Amino acid sequence: MSIAEKKAAEEKATKDNPEVIISVENVSLAYSAGNSSNVLEDIGLKLHQGEFVCLLGPSGCGKSTLLKIIAGLIPPTKGNAAMDGEVIKGPDWHRGVVFQQPPLYSWLSTRENVRFGLKMRKIPKQEGLKLADEYLHKVGLLEYAAHKPYELSGGMKQRVAIARALVNSPRVLLMDEPFGALDALTREEMVMLLRNIWRETGCTILFITHDVDEALSLGTRVLVMSRNPGQIIREFKTSFTWEFSGENPSRTRYSQNFVEMREKILDLIHKQKLYSTSSLE
Amino acid sequence: MQNVRLKEYAAASSATPRKGLFSLRKGKWKSSAKGIILPVLTLVVWEIVGTAGQISPTVLPTPHVIAQEFYHLARSGELFFHLRVSLWRSFLGFLLGSSVGLAIGLWSGFSRLAEKQLDPSIQMLRTVPHLAITPLFILWFGFGEWSKILLIALGAFFPVYVNTFLGIRSVDSQLFEVAKVLEYNRRSQITKLILPASLPNILLGIRLSLGAAWLGLVVAEMMGSSEGVGFLIMDARYFSITSLVFVGILIFAIVGKLTDSLVKLLEKRLLRWRDSYLGEHL
Repeated sequence: MSIAEKKAAEEKATKDNPEVIISVENVSLAYSAGNSSNVLEDIGLKLHQGEFVCLLGPSGCGKSTLLKIIAGLIPPTKGNAAMDGEVIKGPDWHRGVVFQQPPLYSWLSTRENVRFGLKMRKIPKQEGLKLADEYLHKVGLLEYAAHKPYELSGGMKQRVAIARALVNSPRVLLMDEPFGALDALTREEMVMLLRNIWRETGCTILFITHDVDEALSLGTRVLVMSRNPGQIIREFKTSFTWEFSGENPSRTRYSQNFVEMREKILDLIHKQKLYSTSSLE
Repeated sequence: MQNVRLKEYAAASSATPRKGLFSLRKGKWKSSAKGIILPVLTLVVWEIVGTAGQISPTVLPTPHVIAQEFYHLARSGELFFHLRVSLWRSFLGFLLGSSVGLAIGLWSGFSRLAEKQLDPSIQMLRTVPHLAITPLFILWFGFGEWSKILLIALGAFFPVYVNTFLGIRSVDSQLFEVAKVLEYNRRSQITKLILPASLPNILLGIRLSLGAAWLGLVVAEMMGSSEGVGFLIMDARYFSITSLVFVGILIFAIVGKLTDSLVKLLEKRLLRWRDSYLGEHL
């Protein structure tokens, strides 16, 4: 194939699919060199512009590890992760990260926590404060701008962490079970908030969760991972998130399609668990 | 909280002035009385037993004799002269020791390589008692000011070093991950993350180090000097003026308490963001 032909083929491919931002190729990770069992084995994953990808799996399957590899916090043992075709060598602000336990800087006010990342990028103070307030407004915490983290509830803290990640306008937002530690009501609220933010900003999100409902109601694509070895075993395309933002979200939740897909995914995960326990015996 | 309570008091006292004021005074008096009962009782018993002639004044002079001694010393200006010398020495020693302790503590807390190379030796030196090193310092630096200041600095070094190191290593690793994602370089990681996060421990180290500096001062001044509060005590011992020994001890206690309160105040102001247990009203 000549170069021109190759280019034409590539162009065709990009026309069919939106632009690929993150691509993970054959990534494996072993924690100790001598150990033959890999935490992650031969993971392949592509994130396209504007997608909301949910990663589901039993605990201990390496979801968080995969996220940290994409964030650039851990280098993979084999294979590589790339952003815009360039191999990821370390963390940078184009890939914002939100953790389960929001690590806020407890000596800084809410506003200063949000502005934390902007300072390093040499954004002038006035502009930085304006941006911080804008994003605090987005997560509904503007009146808490001067408060210290210890004065906030768990859900509020997580909203500050989300604002801190978003204020940099990252191209990809990596979220590691961000609502895992929240109560059901707050979680519902946060899911709605995140959906709105995603639709407003159009950023690409990789969202880790162990809650099937959460994954189905948010994602445009749901990936299911297995444990021992950590692999992506199935992929589901979903569009429930659009229906959920409509007038009657509870109708969507109990719709035939939703329930069926939910069963299918739960089945996959439960099979996984049985399989891994029987292999231990 | 306290403000609110004060306002309540103010409101109560304006409504029923006599009763409100009375209860406020009574409450204040009660809380401070609790701390005073024991020392006052001890002083009274001491004075009575002493004046009754039960104890020899060279062993235990009575409180009023000690107070008189204190007064004479203060009036003649001798007290302030010695105190100034001692304060200056311990201040210099503390400044030197704690700043070196902070720098090395930061370094070995931040870098694992530095920790491996430095920490074992420092931990070994830390356990060597002051008194054992004093002769060496006198041999090396003579009886001059430097041997004293360095001895104080040595004592002040370890608490700051150990606590700074501990403070850095107990910072939540996720805070570092966030800082890395936001592309904080080394210097900013130190100034914006490590220093504030380990400030509680650093301040604790400084408090302990002030105490150690004071301790080092006594050792240094008692080994050989011609001025300072430590000298005052040694001199009084030669001439068996027990009351003067007591005055020296009293000065150490007062100044020690004052410096400690100063750092505590600093702690309160700088660490307002902490949400930690404050104890019950018992």
